[in-house]
Amino acid sequence: MIEIKNVTKAYDKAVVVDGVTLQIPAGGITSIIGPNGAGKSTLLSMISRLLPMNGGQVLVDGLDVTTTAGDVLARRLSILRQDNHIGSRLTVRDLVTFGRYPYSKGRPTVEDLKHVRMALQYLNLESMSERFLDELSGGQRQRAFVAMVLCQDTDYVLMDEPLNNLDMKHAVAMMKILRRAADELHKTIVLVLHDVNFASCYSDYIVAMKDGKIACHGSPYDIINANVMCNVYEIDVAVQDIDGKRIAIYYT
Amino acid sequence: MFDTYQKQLGIAVLAIIGLTILSIFIGVSDVTPEKLFANSDDGRALQVLLISRIPRTLAILLAGGSMALVGMIMQILARNRFVEPSTAGTVESAGLGLLVVTVLAPEMPIFGKMLVASLFALMGTFLFLRILRSIPLRSVLVVPLVGIVLGGVIGAITTFFAYRLDLLQSLNAWLTGSFAGILSGRYELLWISLVLMIAAYIAADRFTVAGMGQDFTTNLGLNYNRVMTLGLIIVSMVTAVVVVTVGMIPFLGLIVPNVVRQMQGDNVRRTAPWVIVIGAGFVLVCDMIGRVIRFPYEIPIGVVVGVVGSILFLFMLLRKDAHVA
Repeated sequence: MIEIKNVTKAYDKAVVVDGVTLQIPAGGITSIIGPNGAGKSTLLSMISRLLPMNGGQVLVDGLDVTTTAGDVLARRLSILRQDNHIGSRLTVRDLVTFGRYPYSKGRPTVEDLKHVRMALQYLNLESMSERFLDELSGGQRQRAFVAMVLCQDTDYVLMDEPLNNLDMKHAVAMMKILRRAADELHKTIVLVLHDVNFASCYSDYIVAMKDGKIACHGSPYDIINANVMCNVYEIDVAVQDIDGKRIAIYYT
Repeated sequence: MFDTYQKQLGIAVLAIIGLTILSIFIGVSDVTPEKLFANSDDGRALQVLLISRIPRTLAILLAGGSMALVGMIMQILARNRFVEPSTAGTVESAGLGLLVVTVLAPEMPIFGKMLVASLFALMGTFLFLRILRSIPLRSVLVVPLVGIVLGGVIGAITTFFAYRLDLLQSLNAWLTGSFAGILSGRYELLWISLVLMIAAYIAADRFTVAGMGQDFTTNLGLNYNRVMTLGLIIVSMVTAVVVVTVGMIPFLGLIVPNVVRQMQGDNVRRTAPWVIVIGAGFVLVCDMIGRVIRFPYEIPIGVVVGVVGSILFLFMLLRKDAHVA
């Protein structure tokens, strides 16, 4: 379980995350949704200790993220940010192998290499494992990063906009992979998603944020409805039940 | 038994050994294998070999390999392909440190001078990174330009005081690389660079991870600032050691890592041996050119590498498929 207690982040006078308290249950997919500037990415960065917080506390399985040793936490929790402009000319296999760094410290064992093979297979990257990252398309590169994070084999996987750069086909494939990882590998996956319909169809739990605060949270059924959507996004949203899923229609 | 990578690297090492042997027998004084074995001139050939030729060649290999390697480390850590100690103010800062210690504590042993120069190099490089952080625009070419400007300012300060204190000649000797003055007893400091190269190879994976950026590094459980500091200490010490013993060798840390990157990528564990071998080989060849082109006179290595290097560098910049950036 991830416990977020009264976490705050401010730049000068601008409060980006304003005293958020939240418990993210272990297991399943939790999606954080909300308009631009709601503080979703900032919250995710603070949970994963990439960004120092101005106040509050985050506990992952009881470990305080600001005081726990970096390599201990790296075996519990992994994070993939939104913009991954890595300039390094690494092969896909090298990148994924670095996902094992918290365990191998650069000397991968047979066990580590097994994880690398599995992660490559999971993301269907075996055929391009020897290619350099700068020779891949944006979508392929995104899959390589996800493979690296899965290879890290942590109980908690945090991803900021994992559908970035992905077309419809690959976005669906990615969500299915994450769903499988949650169901088969029993991972706790926390996503920041822009597309509320992907959040609706694949999450167990949705957290809606607005103006640095939690607007509401609950099951997709509770959150994806016209009232909540209007309130959070400040536009008219119609919500319909299609094949047992709640789908928001907001294009016109 | 050996994979392709090991075979190719093995061939490259053999080529360097061949060049090394060739280099030992080039020079004004007549040293040939026959003379060495015949002992015909009362061991004069042997003396030249032990006092001058072998130390010189070792110095070339150590300085060439280590400067190329720290060039690569800087590029990985600064995440910019055009950064190396001479485009980041590191070399000029080491020169300033050397001037300061020469003026304030002229009696200090050379090892102490080297440490002071390292400290200045480290501060200069940190200043460079500090400035980079506060510049919003991060175009690939602006970064080395900032470094060159910073180096120019530090160099100007150094020149001003050197001029006032009548030390311009010494300053010139430090900053223009030359292996002509290398004799037994005057290069041994360079062995420190071998130790630093080994340390860098041990930490290779940390550097690769840090090259992916602060977030990736933190995610993988490494302390980003600690890796950066370790890398910059290695860079600064190697730069100081080379400046103190040989002088500055421009472009080396720029060209060699970029060539290797094209072939092997950015995994430091894999590229470091190549960078060291090619760096040593490149300096060795340039030094031999400098020794034979106006025989029996000698052109300083800094000049030869500068000419050959700037041509290669321009070629790199103007290439169409700009993977280098």
